Amino acid sequence: MKDFPIIRVVSKLLIPYILLFAFYVQFHGDYGPGGGFQAGVIFASALILYGLVFGLEAVQKVAPPAVIERLMAAGVLVYAGTGVLTVYLGGNFLDYDVLEHHFLTDYHVPSGQHLGIFMVECGVGITVTAVMTMIFYAFAGRQRAI
Amino acid sequence: MNFIDIAILALLAVTAVTIARIRDLWAAVMFTGIFSFLSASWMVVLDAPDVSFTEAAVGAGISTVLMLSTLALTGKGEKPTKRVAIVPLITVTITGCALIYGTLDMPYLGDPNDPIHLHPNPGFVERSQIDMHGLPNVVTAVLASYRGYDTLGETTVVLTAGMAVLLILRRDEWGSSQNRGGDSRKGSLGDARASGKRGAKR
Repeated sequence: MKDFPIIRVVSKLLIPYILLFAFYVQFHGDYGPGGGFQAGVIFASALILYGLVFGLEAVQKVAPPAVIERLMAAGVLVYAGTGVLTVYLGGNFLDYDVLEHHFLTDYHVPSGQHLGIFMVECGVGITVTAVMTMIFYAFAGRQRAI
Repeated sequence: MNFIDIAILALLAVTAVTIARIRDLWAAVMFTGIFSFLSASWMVVLDAPDVSFTEAAVGAGISTVLMLSTLALTGKGEKPTKRVAIVPLITVTITGCALIYGTLDMPYLGDPNDPIHLHPNPGFVERSQIDMHGLPNVVTAVLASYRGYDTLGETTVVLTAGMAVLLILRRDEWGSSQNRGGDSRKGSLGDARASGKRGAKR
């Protein structure tokens, strides 16, 4: 689709806003509709749009498969690591209340629950973005059956 | 039921029948995208913007792209079948009748005496405000805090599904084993060009 200037220009204009919207959905998910899963899918769809218009090579330069592959697991690690952190701080697994008053008390960090939800949603977002992008790579990287 | 409800539901039904009947797979993929957008609008009508978000992004966006790339690998047409399959038709009819019969017991939409509005706890929404120290979105609170274990499991499911797709579909020229020599590089270049051309044809 590189030969179509309208598609190229429009997608170049739109992609930054799609990414911004993904971040909004991710970090505003505690207040409005949204959350890690939706944000991850929207972020991945921006990458996929880039890949569709500018080719697989271009998008793999932006998001190298080796990195994305590791991010798939890193998101789950962030999620489970939050649980392990709460256990380490003396609570139950994923008991966010113990995160309160342990970190950065001078900086108005909202509350333990809020912080825990934030970290967990980050983990979900990372995993979903990486998995969706990776599945697209896997499909688009295959040639027609030889 | 106002006009918008009826219109969306009717369009959903029409689209579903069209998807089942159409033989051109490319058009069928487009119709599944339309179906996803319609169900996203239906979820907005039902006051579930989270689900609507997900439906629009996953159903209409990414899965359409994935199905199109599958079509690029396989082909656009479905083999025509002449004979009418009697037994599946009867099975589907009976199942459909049973499902419709099952909905007769369901409470009406928006009925305040729904079990869903009475059972967990009427004060649940207010309680989550206190538990979460003022986080207004109850859905996020339930997903990430009250049911954190579930969501951890779901995230692991997403990871596992991604790994399964990779194990089946991946080519070993990118990713961890990139030191395979010049041949594989050329393959990936040609492939990118080919996929670009396929896109152009569309």
